Amino acid sequence: MTKAGDKSCINLKLKVWRQKGSDVKGRFETYEARNVSTDMSFLEMLDVVNEEMILSGKDPIAFDHDCREGICGTCGAMVNGRAHGPEKGTTLCQLHMRHFSNGDTVVIEPWRSRAFKVVKDLVVDRSAFDKIIQAGGYISVNVGGAPDGNAIPVPQEVAEKAMDAAACIGCGACVAACPNASAMLFTGAKISQFALLPQGLPEAKKRALAMVGKMDELGFGNCANETECEKECPKEISIENIARMNREFLKAGFL
Amino acid sequence: MQLDSKIPDGPLTEKWDRHRFELKLVNPANKRKFKIIVVGTGLAGGSASASLAELGYNVKTFCIQDSPRRAHSIAAQGGINAAKNYQNDGDSIWRLFYDTVKGGDFRSREANVYRLAQVSNNIIDQCVAQGVPFAREYGGQLANRSFGGAQVSRTFYARGQTGQQLLLGAYGSLSRQIAAGNVRLFTRREMLDLVVIDGKARGIIVRNLVSGELEKYAADAVVLASGGYGNAFYLSTMAMGSNVSAAFASYKKGAFFANPCFTQIHPTCIPVHSTYQSKLTLMSESLRNDGRVWVPKNPGDKRPPNQIPEAERDYYLEEKYPGFGNLVPRDVASRSAKVQCDMGKGVGDTKLAVYLDFKDAIKRDGRDVIAMKYGNLFQMYEKITAENPYETPMMIYPAVHYTMGGLWVDYNLMSTIPGLFVLGEANFSDHGANRLGASALMQGLADGYFITPYTIGGYLAQASLEKIDENHKEFDASFLKVEARIKKLLSIEGKRTADDFHRELGHILWEYCGMERKDEGLLKAKELIADLREKFWENVLVGGSGQEFNQSLERAGLVADFLDIGEVMVIDALARKESCGCHFNEAFQTEENEALRDDENFCHVSAWEYKGESCDPAFHKEPLEFENVKLTQRSYK
Ligand SMILES: Cc1cc2nc3c(=O)[nH]c(=O)nc-3n(C[C@H](O)[C@H](O)[C@H](O)COP(=O)(O)OP(=O)(O)OC[C@H]3O[C@@H](n4cnc5c(N)ncnc54)[C@H](O)[C@@H]3O)c2cc1C
Ligand code: SF4
Ligand code: FES
Repeated sequence: MTKAGDKSCINLKLKVWRQKGSDVKGRFETYEARNVSTDMSFLEMLDVVNEEMILSGKDPIAFDHDCREGICGTCGAMVNGRAHGPEKGTTLCQLHMRHFSNGDTVVIEPWRSRAFKVVKDLVVDRSAFDKIIQAGGYISVNVGGAPDGNAIPVPQEVAEKAMDAAACIGCGACVAACPNASAMLFTGAKISQFALLPQGLPEAKKRALAMVGKMDELGFGNCANETECEKECPKEISIENIARMNREFLKAGFL
Repeated sequence: MQLDSKIPDGPLTEKWDRHRFELKLVNPANKRKFKIIVVGTGLAGGSASASLAELGYNVKTFCIQDSPRRAHSIAAQGGINAAKNYQNDGDSIWRLFYDTVKGGDFRSREANVYRLAQVSNNIIDQCVAQGVPFAREYGGQLANRSFGGAQVSRTFYARGQTGQQLLLGAYGSLSRQIAAGNVRLFTRREMLDLVVIDGKARGIIVRNLVSGELEKYAADAVVLASGGYGNAFYLSTMAMGSNVSAAFASYKKGAFFANPCFTQIHPTCIPVHSTYQSKLTLMSESLRNDGRVWVPKNPGDKRPPNQIPEAERDYYLEEKYPGFGNLVPRDVASRSAKVQCDMGKGVGDTKLAVYLDFKDAIKRDGRDVIAMKYGNLFQMYEKITAENPYETPMMIYPAVHYTMGGLWVDYNLMSTIPGLFVLGEANFSDHGANRLGASALMQGLADGYFITPYTIGGYLAQASLEKIDENHKEFDASFLKVEARIKKLLSIEGKRTADDFHRELGHILWEYCGMERKDEGLLKAKELIADLREKFWENVLVGGSGQEFNQSLERAGLVADFLDIGEVMVIDALARKESCGCHFNEAFQTEENEALRDDENFCHVSAWEYKGESCDPAFHKEPLEFENVKLTQRSYK
């Protein structure tokens, strides 16, 4: 591994999934990425490749991104078969080229899941995640009339645990990494956040049933304890949250 | 045109209550009949959409990203202010108001800022009720930390992910209203024009970013919450998609642009390291609670930081500002860093960096405590730089971060176009010439949860709105104009990419309209930008077509508008012959190199009116009156 500041450059071969739209067939295309500085982020490397493609009249590679800080959850692709690439706890935008070596071939594909259709190239439609949240991923409280913030004390360790679950960025890597394309880690994280906090209790049962039901309805697969999701999650969301979700779901079923 | 800020009469502390009472109400049964468009799903737009829908209005909400949860607000790290005084350290609504007015170097409206401080406490209550996992003390109470420009501890936070958690709270409330059928959500849509009929905002034209189609939407009022334009500088801490396009389209339709040159340059960002760099990363200001800023005393000292003994370090902020130390406001901290680097005391490869050192804090509190407070920031730093800030000091440098300027709004947050309300970073309302840390989140949520839901009602209840729909001829006119511009961009087929032009614009603005400004430099920048814009429209290369998912076309559109706002920023900076907050014109400084205001001649908001493609905008002035605070030279000593 090179250190930041080393101005070393590498050459790579990129095999990129190209697909014009959701209804057309896609295929891999090969491109050369030359003189890639190892200080670049993965997306900056793609920027440079794209600039060259625009200048030579080709269609640049479409990819989603926004914050480039690992927090918005917009970016994401399979890199050499790994969701968000090889580094643990890292989104694609935070992956730096110092983790690659000169001469590497890098295979780049979109998330693949029945519930996430390809929009173009590496861009997919993750609106199914929004639908799961719409099914109950909130506390039903209108603006106005909330009691003082300190009226309900929340023990520090509980708040920290809830925060661990709430850190999910909704990127979809868990679904892409799962052999069954299950959305349990994403859904479990949201259900857990509210199951842990006192504010979430009144609706806990309803929430668990509704969100799990919606997840199934949208075509996400079942969890078979493969734990790939946890390994690939850039925010290292724990599969404990899936267990908690299952408990909440069972509890709700027996009410 | 006389700008009327519509500040209510009466004592400062009673203005908002009085105003709310005086605003006409919309009959609950009628609310459903009013259609409101909200552009943006950040803290401002997300909270406004949810609250308006809760009240019963018929809301349509638009955003550029694939999900409302991904708005730029998600990236806010450090925290949100409120005057709860939970720490019993002497905070109050009045103090938060005073700190904000002073922090803004007395260039904001007293009445707006006071209202902001008043509703700050409601925001925290609302967010806690939504299940936002704020940091807690062992006893279960909410925890606080300190931010720049304040001597009390009033900042609420959720690790280094406060914006994310607040936004997910608003997104949850918005999702609930979508599920209830009160909000219709349109993602991957870019607003390209505002439709004005009979002088009132009545709709928008958007491009469907997936299909490329242009779509028309009519409404009774339009809420613009499209964020700030810091990306005009190319490199900034803003998300890549943050833009000025929606605001600029509204400006061209008659909404005045206020204080466009007020740009916040944040002192603690990871320094620029190369030309291909696409954006800069903020290291939250909260780090200045525990990190100490220093440079080597001797210019050109090449030793690694850990080998430079205490005696040879210059803790210049603690030295110069003993009262606030490392927690001086951002404009002061940024300019101080620049001054050190200009003296040759900068560190790192480029010599454009200073150290932010945690050694003493780790010694005092232990590594675990520091990790709990800032773990994710340290991790982010290490990912980018491959250096471990627990062991070696961070290197930081100022970067463009926030725009205090924005569309002009009155006390009701309505622009100079009736029916167009502007919220959050897109308006200019509360921060004057410098925003204090942790107050943008507060302002966005104040605007969306607690202010516009009332003031829009006041407007709708008394406006006489003609019945119109998307077939009105103004929609066709806007549609054709937008279509023609897209065709034009695609037809140039020149030799340079939009990003290439954008980079050049960024250099010009950073050099001449950044942390330090001079009249000659600004005049030069004005010429350079005009020239660059001309070249852009002759030589940009976009590629692809308008009828498809085309990110290169999206970029070109954003850059075209940045070129335009860049020029307005420079014009505004030239017109303000004083220094205040972030606007530091070298010709106006105190003996100690602090910004020297001219309250006699420049105690006003500068509002600019669009006058056509080839003309400079027209200047309008909103005088600022201070009845409750005394204008003083800011001192943080
Ligand atoms: C890195 C970073 C850290 C920060 N940390 C803090 C902090 O700790 N505390 C604090 O108080 N402030 C902080 N800020 C500032 C604060 O985050 C922002 O000012 C605030 O979140 C802006 O919110 P907003 O709702 O006005 O706009 P945004 O969150 O920028 O949302 C804009 C919305 O408008 C939409 N939009 C934009 N243009 C169009 C268009 N043309 N058509 C359709 N939709 C459009 C976008 O899709 C998005 O949904 C930080 C800022 C940065 C950059
Ligand atoms: S659980 Fe992890 S992988 Fe799944 S969406 Fe959330 S952050 Fe992404
Ligand atoms: S671009 Fe936001 S997480 Fe990668």
